[in-house]
Amino acid sequence: MSIEPSSKPRFAPGVRLGESQGQRVLLMPERALRLNGPSLEIVQRCDGKRTTQEIIIELQKLYSKADPHKVESDILGYLTLLQKERALDFE
Amino acid sequence: MSSPPNPLALIAELTHRCPLHCVYCSNPLELQARATELSTEDWSRVFREAAELGVLQVDFTGGEPLTRPDILDLVRTARLAGLYLNLITSGLPLDESRLDALVQAGLDHFQLSFQGAREDIGQEISGTKSHAHKLRVLDWLKHRRIALTLNFVIHRRNMDQLPEMLALAESSSASRVEFAHVQYYGWAFANRDCLLPTREQVTQSIDFLKAAQRRLEGRIRIEYVVPDYYARYPKPCMGGWGRKLMLITPNGDALPCHAAHVIPGLSFDNVKRRSLREVWESSDAFHKFRGESWMQEPCKSCDRRVQDFGGCRCQAFLLATDASATDPVCQFSSHRPKVDAILAAVNMPLAQASACTPASTDTAARSRASKPAWLYRPNPSGLAIASKKLPTL
Repeated sequence: MSIEPSSKPRFAPGVRLGESQGQRVLLMPERALRLNGPSLEIVQRCDGKRTTQEIIIELQKLYSKADPHKVESDILGYLTLLQKERALDFE
Repeated sequence: MSSPPNPLALIAELTHRCPLHCVYCSNPLELQARATELSTEDWSRVFREAAELGVLQVDFTGGEPLTRPDILDLVRTARLAGLYLNLITSGLPLDESRLDALVQAGLDHFQLSFQGAREDIGQEISGTKSHAHKLRVLDWLKHRRIALTLNFVIHRRNMDQLPEMLALAESSSASRVEFAHVQYYGWAFANRDCLLPTREQVTQSIDFLKAAQRRLEGRIRIEYVVPDYYARYPKPCMGGWGRKLMLITPNGDALPCHAAHVIPGLSFDNVKRRSLREVWESSDAFHKFRGESWMQEPCKSCDRRVQDFGGCRCQAFLLATDASATDPVCQFSSHRPKVDAILAAVNMPLAQASACTPASTDTAARSRASKPAWLYRPNPSGLAIASKKLPTL
């Protein structure tokens, strides 16, 4: 299972952003993930319009002090995790 | 005492009424009547209080939640309160327009239960002809953008249909499938001797589902609940007593788990009289087995106590007649021999030939074998349950 740079991630049916007690969460069937700064930046861009590559470039700019390769591998790792959870569809 | 972490999920048993009569129903033997059910307003307040308390998700369950005439109002108010809404249903009271109305009202996730992969087993287990209609519901769901989980409760009588059940899931729009072994409380405890799988069946099913998990990764998430009688350690029941979940019965009683009514001496608060926060923080029933102070040996000094929280309190009561004992399925429990004796009886070659064990892949052989003397779950009005005694230990 690998993610194509040109694929466009978007939330699978039944997945949405929520908020509880000041904390942003990703809600999905029988599960919820708490989102910190970087994970929130990633999931907010999974809109079915941006490609995986574009998300990576945007976040490399946003976290310009971090190693761009590390940013890329972190994003791909997180997207893979969300795919395994069936939280994302890739188009 | 410091206040406990907030609950994450609310299980709302909207009603005990149900068109199905499943022999493993998780409802208590003593079902609550329609006249005692909470009103729309009561539930709306419960949902608001739950969201304020930090609850993220609510499960609408029952009985059959769709038998509530106010189901659309309940869906809307739960969503308005900010909760993520799972509907656990047999699908039986649905038609296409009602399904559309539910999606429109804000339902997040649809969880459809199946009793097997075919009508014959469905009818035997639920005492109702329902399989064909469930297939229609699956078809309607394919044409709508909504999250779907298929839930298969598995046991000795239907485990030979696992590949067919998986194929059914693969042909549907489900992103998630649960294969949940029967857990032995309530009606399932009463029917246990005919539901418990053999060791061979358990091993085969685990191998099959692990392979399926690998094959379908990224496409369908397969969740698998093991039959804990066959486990060496207990399950972390409800994620720990009063730690994550809260269950509200149709009449408003607040319980730490589905089966807590069986434990003698527990007193439950009712949401009609107290707020959800008061119940969560100070109800006797939620305090009773929260944390570790209630534990006895071997749990008390065991490293696993932070993982499994001593297992299930209801099972400890049902099998060891002591709700604060270590869960008897644990290999360190002094009551484990009782569980082993139950398993030995199920796995005896002689038992394979008895009326309740035609777990054959040969359909003809199954139909030749007589049906077990099931104790069916009735509707709340008719409680004709005294005709069969509960299994002895």
